[in-house]
Amino acid sequence: MLAYSLRRLLVAIPTILLLIVACFFLMHFAPGGPFTSERPLPPAVLANIEARYGLDQPLWKQLWDYLYNIVVHFDFGPSFKFKDRDVNDIIAQGFPISLTYGSLSFLVATSVGVGLGIAAAIKHNSWIDYFAVGLGIAAQALPNFIMGPILILTFTLWLGWLPGGGWNGGQWPYLIMPVIALATSYMGSIARITRSSMLEVLNSNFIRTARAKGLPTRTVIWRHALKPTLLPVVSYLGPVFVYVLTGSVFVDIYFSTGGLGQAYVGSALSRDYAVLLGVTILYGALTVVVNLLTDLAYAWFDPKIRY
Amino acid sequence: MLGKSQKAAHLAESVTDYTVIQGRSLWQDARMRFVRNKAAMASVFVLSLIVLFTIIGPYFAVWDNEEIDWNVIGDVRGMGMPSLETGHFFGVDDLGRDLYSRVIQATTTSLLVGLIGAATALIVGTCYGIAAGYIGGRVDSVMMRFVDILLAIPATLIIILLLVVAGRSFFMLFLALGAVGWLTMSRIVRGQTLTLKNREFIEAARAAGVSEFTIMYRHILPNLLGVVIVYASLLVPEMILTESFISFLGLGISEPYTSLGRLIAEGAGTMAYGTLWQLMFPLTFYVAIIISMFFIGDGLRDALDPKDR
Repeated sequence: MLAYSLRRLLVAIPTILLLIVACFFLMHFAPGGPFTSERPLPPAVLANIEARYGLDQPLWKQLWDYLYNIVVHFDFGPSFKFKDRDVNDIIAQGFPISLTYGSLSFLVATSVGVGLGIAAAIKHNSWIDYFAVGLGIAAQALPNFIMGPILILTFTLWLGWLPGGGWNGGQWPYLIMPVIALATSYMGSIARITRSSMLEVLNSNFIRTARAKGLPTRTVIWRHALKPTLLPVVSYLGPVFVYVLTGSVFVDIYFSTGGLGQAYVGSALSRDYAVLLGVTILYGALTVVVNLLTDLAYAWFDPKIRY
Repeated sequence: MLGKSQKAAHLAESVTDYTVIQGRSLWQDARMRFVRNKAAMASVFVLSLIVLFTIIGPYFAVWDNEEIDWNVIGDVRGMGMPSLETGHFFGVDDLGRDLYSRVIQATTTSLLVGLIGAATALIVGTCYGIAAGYIGGRVDSVMMRFVDILLAIPATLIIILLLVVAGRSFFMLFLALGAVGWLTMSRIVRGQTLTLKNREFIEAARAAGVSEFTIMYRHILPNLLGVVIVYASLLVPEMILTESFISFLGLGISEPYTSLGRLIAEGAGTMAYGTLWQLMFPLTFYVAIIISMFFIGDGLRDALDPKDR
C-alpha cells in the first residue's frame, strides 16, 4: 500500500510539472498579448513593459523563472492587466469562496445522491425507484447553467424568498442557490451509479447467504452491501470534483459570488494570460491531487485490489 | 446415372436452404433489443422530429436570423411575443431578432457540435487506442501516460484555453472538443484491444500470414465496434453540454451564429423583464435533445452490451 502510494505520487509530480510547461508554451505562442491594443504602443514603451514582466528574456529563462517561482515560492507572478495585484492575490481572494460552496455542494450531491440511489435499489420497482430514476435522468439533463436561471426565476423573481446573487460573507441565504445549481446534475449521476451498483450487489451470492442465515435486512444492507456498493461511487468522485471546479466558473459568473471563476473568464476575455495560466495550473494540480487521493481511497476500499 | 427424383431435389433444397436454420447475428439481436426499448424508440422519434424541424423549419421562417425587426424593438415585451401574425413564431430576442430562426440555427449548431465532436473523438480515439493496445510494450506505456497527463487537466479549461489562444471559430470549437473527447475513448479501446489481441482467432490470422495492419483493421476493429458505438453515443450529449456551457460563458461561437447555450444565456439574462419565451424555447429544445440522447445511449448500451444490465 505504501509502495503503491509512493509510486502514484512519483507519477503525479511530473504530471503537474508537464502541465505547467505545456500551459506555458500554449500561452507563449498565442497571437496577440494583453498589451496589443487598438492604438499601438511606441516601441520604447512596449520594450519597457516587456522588461517589467520579464518578457524580453530568452524563452528557456522565462520558463525556468516561472517554474522556479511556482515550485519554490508558490508564486504565479504578476497579473498583466491589474497593475497593483499579482496572480496570487487574485487566487487568495477568490479561491476560499469557490472552495466554500464547492465543498458544500460536493457534500450535498454525494449524500443525497447516495441516499436516493440506495433507497431506489432497496425498494426496486416501487414508486420510490421510479421517482429516483426519473429525478436522476432529469437532473443529468439540467446542468448548472440551466439550473441557475430556473432557480433564480422561481425563488427570486416569483417567490422572492432568496437573494438573486452576491456573497455577503457566505451567509446561508446567499449559499442555497449556488449549492443547488452546482449539485443537481451530478447528484443525478451519483444516484444512478449507486442504484445500479446496489442492485448488482443485492443480487450477488454473499448477500443471498447473509439473508439465508437470517440476518435482518438492515444488517444485510449496512454491514454487507454498503461497502461494495460504494466502490464505483468512490471512483466517480474524481470526475465529480472536476465538475465542481468547472461548474464553479458558471456559479461565480451567474450568481456574482466573487469566486475564482469570475477572474478566470474575465482574464480569458481580456487575454490576461498570467491569471489564465495561474488558475488553469492551480485547478489542474488540484485535479491531479484529488485523482491521487481517489485512487488511494479506492485501493483502501476494495480488498480485492493488491498492489 | 442419378435421375431427377423429386424427393432428392426436395432434400437437397432443404439442406442448402440456410434461411430455415439461420441464426440471428449479433447486430440483428442488438437491433431487436433496441427496438423493444420503449424509452429509446420514443427518443429516436423525438430526435428525428427535431432534426426534421431544423431542415424544414427554415422554409416557413418569415424573418432571417440576423434581421432586426425595427417595429418591435422599442417594446419587445409587449409586441415581441410569440405570435403568428407578426411572423415571429417564437417571439423575438432582446435585440428584435426573430427567435424562431435563431433557435433553428442554434439547434443545428448544437447537433453538429455533438455529432462532429463525437465523430472526431471516435476516429482519433479508436486509432490511438488500437495502436497503443496492439503494439503494446513501451510504446503502449508512453502513449497511455500521455493520455493520463492530458486527462488530469479539467477538459472545459483546456477547451477555454484553446479557444482563447487560437481564436474563436467553428473549426477551432470542433477541434477543441475533439481534442479532449478522444482521451477516454482511447483508454476504452486500448483495454478492449488488450483482451482481444491474445485470443485464438488473432493468433490464427497471424499464423495464416495476415499482415499486422489487416489484423487490426479486419479482426480487431469489428470486435470493438459495439463498445465504441455505445461510448460515442454517450459522448454526443456530453459534447453538446460542454459546448453550451462554454457558449453560456460567452467564450464559444460568436455572432451572428449562435448555439443553444448562448440563447439560454441571453434568455436567462432578460427573464427579469418578463420576456420568458426567450428562455423557454431554447431551453425546451435543449432539454429534449439532451434527454433523448441519454435514452438512446442507454438503449444502445443495453442492446449491444447485454451483460451490463
